[in-house]
Amino acid sequence: MRAFTFQRVAAAEDAARALATRPGAMFLAGGTTLVDLMKVDVLTPDTVVGVQPLGLSNIDVSDDAIVVGATVTNSQLAWHPVVRDRYPVLSEAILSGATTQIRNMATIAGNILQRTRCSYFRDVHALCNRRQPGSGCDALEGFNRGHAVLGVSEHCIATHPSDMCVAMVVLDADVHTVRPDGTTRSIPFREFHRAPGETPHIEVALEHGELITRIAIPHLPAARRSHYLKVRDRASYEFALASAAVVLDLDGDTIRAARLGLGGVASKPWRALETEHFLTGRRASDETFRDAAEIALTAAVAREHNHFKIELAKRTIVRAFSTARNANV
Amino acid sequence: MSQAGNAPPEENLVRTTLRVNNTTHELSHDSRLTLLDALRDTLGLAGTKKGCDQGACGACTVIIDGQRVLSCLTLAAACEGQHVITIEGLAQREELHPMQAAFLHCDAFQCGYCTPGQILSAVCAIQEVHAGVPSHVTPHVRQKVSGAALSDEEIRERMSGNLCRCGAYANIVAAVRQVLSSEVGS
Repeated sequence: MRAFTFQRVAAAEDAARALATRPGAMFLAGGTTLVDLMKVDVLTPDTVVGVQPLGLSNIDVSDDAIVVGATVTNSQLAWHPVVRDRYPVLSEAILSGATTQIRNMATIAGNILQRTRCSYFRDVHALCNRRQPGSGCDALEGFNRGHAVLGVSEHCIATHPSDMCVAMVVLDADVHTVRPDGTTRSIPFREFHRAPGETPHIEVALEHGELITRIAIPHLPAARRSHYLKVRDRASYEFALASAAVVLDLDGDTIRAARLGLGGVASKPWRALETEHFLTGRRASDETFRDAAEIALTAAVAREHNHFKIELAKRTIVRAFSTARNANV
Repeated sequence: MSQAGNAPPEENLVRTTLRVNNTTHELSHDSRLTLLDALRDTLGLAGTKKGCDQGACGACTVIIDGQRVLSCLTLAAACEGQHVITIEGLAQREELHPMQAAFLHCDAFQCGYCTPGQILSAVCAIQEVHAGVPSHVTPHVRQKVSGAALSDEEIRERMSGNLCRCGAYANIVAAVRQVLSSEVGS
């Protein structure tokens, strides 16, 4: 690990200001991404500013929304009784990721900012446009079984690893931030993460020094009928090969509205809006869900080892929707 | 000369107040120090084990402010004012913690290297079950789990963050079950 200065600050605005004048400085929350990647020299901050003591750790519940502080842990959010009741898809997504130890450390903001698990990104001896802009991408012709098929480019095919973010994008959460000059803003979750395009190193909509303070999840009565299905190589403690976050609003057996998010197959938390539009007003049958799944994967582009993900994602979508349809709510 | 060469530059020194097993320590340390290395090398508490040192195996599990976490991915500097419990702090004087006794009774280890992490993780897993919180395999997250009816699948999922390369898993599940049964029964 490279040497760095550890800085303690008292307030969110101080943390943002502490980064503003130091291009090499980074925030530290739970550490499950940052410390891990510092140990392998992928991240080499010269200053680390701890944000966990800043008091951004409340979950505020109202009729309109649930507002989650940036350093609420993944466990706290997944286990919260109101989250479990109103947004099962969110609890399920979080509980399907990592292990209890890691979920107890990992924060909500940290989860949103977690980096890809692409082995070429994690290996400083490999070529990676995300880690080192313009250097090339060893994944394109390498072992790319775990890589993305949606939202990819010829510069990067890394998968976004988060389960929680797939639920967040489906719930249309808002990310609230404070900037070094003290101004605040909110960024819709769908606009927060960037597909790689020609600039895979630009992953999110944040400016340097901009600190996430809280996430607002709007009230969505239909989310009581929601589900997260994750398919992976092991039964536990493994990243998704494919996952689907679904919300179904039913009128009898007719779909009033549906939402679909995909994980494990895309470069960012993926929202399938065209598919949702297709589902509106149709009968909630497995045939409808299969047709919807075809639409969701129309734009998929596979490489040598990850072609199986396209069919796997389709089946994951069908099963997630049929499970949600059959659930007692 | 060599000492000066090894010491971190002044700006990389951090002062941290760390409470470990009810004893308070004032540390002045390199900012890079992990909690795992602070426990083992600075405080001499070698019960916490270094397995993978990258958050994959769970051997370094400790309890911070009541929650099980990985000490290898925790910077010591980030633990200011927090209370850490290690395997050395679990027994009450000469009396083993029920989970330690259950691991002995069920022969829940072979080489023993993962055991401190397994035991601390299991202690917290049982507290989580008593709190009624769901896991990935709970049939529905709205449901409250009950210790009396907890399946082996639930125990395995809740313990999936602790690897055992000797493969003592069946007996680890039995040890957790034994403690659950005795607590639910009492």
